[in-house]
Amino acid sequence: MSDKNSGYLDMELLRFTTAGSVDDGKSTLIGRLLYDSKAIFEDQMEAIEKASERIGNEEVNLALLTDGLRAEREQGITIDVAYRYFATPKRKFIIADTPGHIQYTRNMVTGASTANVAIILVDARHGVLEQTLRHSYIASQLQIPHVIFCVNKMDLVDYSEETFEKIKSDIDGFSSKLSVKDIRYVPISALNGDNVVDRSEKMDWYQGPTLLHLLENIHISSDINHEDFRFPVQYVVRPQTAEFPDYRGYGGRIASGAVKVGDPITVLPSGFTSKVKTIDFFEDTLEESFAPQSVTITLEDEIDISRGDMLVKSDDLPNTTQDLELMVCWFNERNLIPRGKYVIRHTSAEARCMVTGVQHKMNINTLEQNTEDLTVKMNDIAKINLRVTKPLHIDSYSKNRITGSVILVDEGTNETVAAGMII
Amino acid sequence: MDKYQINHLRELEAESIFVIREVAAQFENPVMLFSGGKDSIVMFHLARKAFYPAKVPFALLHIDTGHNFQETLDYRDNLMEETGTKCIVRYVQDSIDQGKAVEEKGVNASRNKLQTVTLLDALEELKTDAAMGGGRRDEEKARAKERFFSHRDEFGQWDPKNQRPELWNIFNGRKNMGEHFRVFPISNWTEMDVWQYIYMENIELPNLYFTHKREVFNRDGVWMFKAPFMQLKPGEELVEKDVRCRTIGDITCTGLTLSKADTIEDIIQEVAATRTTERGGRSDDKRSESAMEDRKKEGYF
Repeated sequence: MSDKNSGYLDMELLRFTTAGSVDDGKSTLIGRLLYDSKAIFEDQMEAIEKASERIGNEEVNLALLTDGLRAEREQGITIDVAYRYFATPKRKFIIADTPGHIQYTRNMVTGASTANVAIILVDARHGVLEQTLRHSYIASQLQIPHVIFCVNKMDLVDYSEETFEKIKSDIDGFSSKLSVKDIRYVPISALNGDNVVDRSEKMDWYQGPTLLHLLENIHISSDINHEDFRFPVQYVVRPQTAEFPDYRGYGGRIASGAVKVGDPITVLPSGFTSKVKTIDFFEDTLEESFAPQSVTITLEDEIDISRGDMLVKSDDLPNTTQDLELMVCWFNERNLIPRGKYVIRHTSAEARCMVTGVQHKMNINTLEQNTEDLTVKMNDIAKINLRVTKPLHIDSYSKNRITGSVILVDEGTNETVAAGMII
Repeated sequence: MDKYQINHLRELEAESIFVIREVAAQFENPVMLFSGGKDSIVMFHLARKAFYPAKVPFALLHIDTGHNFQETLDYRDNLMEETGTKCIVRYVQDSIDQGKAVEEKGVNASRNKLQTVTLLDALEELKTDAAMGGGRRDEEKARAKERFFSHRDEFGQWDPKNQRPELWNIFNGRKNMGEHFRVFPISNWTEMDVWQYIYMENIELPNLYFTHKREVFNRDGVWMFKAPFMQLKPGEELVEKDVRCRTIGDITCTGLTLSKADTIEDIIQEVAATRTTERGGRSDDKRSESAMEDRKKEGYF
């Protein structure tokens, strides 16, 4: 194979989410990224040209590319998370395109949960709005490592540097209250393509990178926790064949950290210790493995281990507890029931739990804590306490996005009713 | 790349293996849908990796429209024999004979849509609670909103407005009796990812994917293979061309690409240069703007 092809095999994967209000031009921005990076095919283009004509748009409406469901095309809004893909020679990108209306906060949280980068759109004409604050707060709560504020529709404010700087300082004003590690600003016009893929000729005063350049170069390999080895056991592999009569391997995806053959291991919850015998990956055996690889680990000693258990290094243990304090985003039309019982899922473990307290609700438009009204409704974010029927092996969400997160499931309907981030 | 970094294909692979293991752990009676196309071949390869050295702990299910390329069926049978995997086959023809499905009429008749009937019957018969499919989100705009774990009601229907939120890597497969899940382990892969992975892993494919000479005809700008049960319209004629399949489905709706690509490297170059989507050759998607969304709601793959 030529070098040109094998180069493509060494791309990094970057996941980002986009948030904006109804008319911030989010779908147009994504359409622009796809279009200018040549990820849109001719037949897709033809289809949206026809559709644009039919709904009476004069120019081709790039937003139609991302509005996939019939109801969305009819109402002109995005109502669910849509995933989009494009690649440049440097990176493959996965976009979680999430709606901005308040009633769809849950979708934004969903898209944000796996993102390396959040793009938050601000309309240059309107500046910082309540929703800007809300989107920033969610990005910070979900610990998205990098946030890029795109000040959009610069064409409608005469590409004014002053307007851009004003918005930037307004965002600086509130972002100090949030815990985002890396914040960037780019002035763009998604409609005309300024500073999206190609540098704008109309904003000489902006010397920073274009949006795509940022996405291609932002440093993401340290976004994962490389310190603490956590291996939730997902599936016990037991072939019981003539060739492998006694093989007993633990299949799972390394949540964080790295592990080597010979490392001393503690099994939770039993507390038994052993050493890593082999790290198997199909027909290969590895000397070392690390997050986010999916592998099968065998141990020196025969220990009773099943799904829901966790392998960790003996000198670096997580917290083992039945009492959790966490921030939850409520997803369901039925309110949280104080003292109510739910199914809780944490990595590969499942248990039941009871809500033992609601400490406060966040007003995510003002970032104030509300301790008066403690009714947790759909799209609310609240700090609560849970008592779990069995001990979970947890880290704080700020240290570990995998072992620090849970979901709550309604026992009657089986719906996922909340996402929780352990404090 | 840094020491603790893997490339995009290895990351996608790790994610898919995680999803497949999650299915085996959370469900009692899962199956993996297998069509003999490259996506299901890759998905099955990932399943073998997920459980090695044990065998894949579920059966494959193939819905045979009766209009399949013979090469696909031969490939399927060989693969099952080599890997010692069980493949259950259910036939659209049986659904037609039982009066549950009605054959489409006319020159554009296709059994593609009828597969849904046979599939739902098979899932019920086999008491399947999770069916894994090789659908990818980049294929079509309705698929772009699909979850990894997609809940289906007792009628097998998809409700796109009421999907379960899916966060981090926690998948909620809890359900009531009679309901089931469709699971899409390679959701995040693109056509290019699939081809690069096939190259990287040296996965064997049916010959149809590589260039070969074949008698074809052109319908609405798409080159088609003429099976005995298909009729030519006036003005259409058979000509011999160098062609290959970009996707493999039912013969009646699989367009062929004029191509001389005879290695995976050639195909990767071709995919990188192409300006039409993979499903652009699929006449089943061209029926209306929301053709895929409508079929999915009814319980299509």
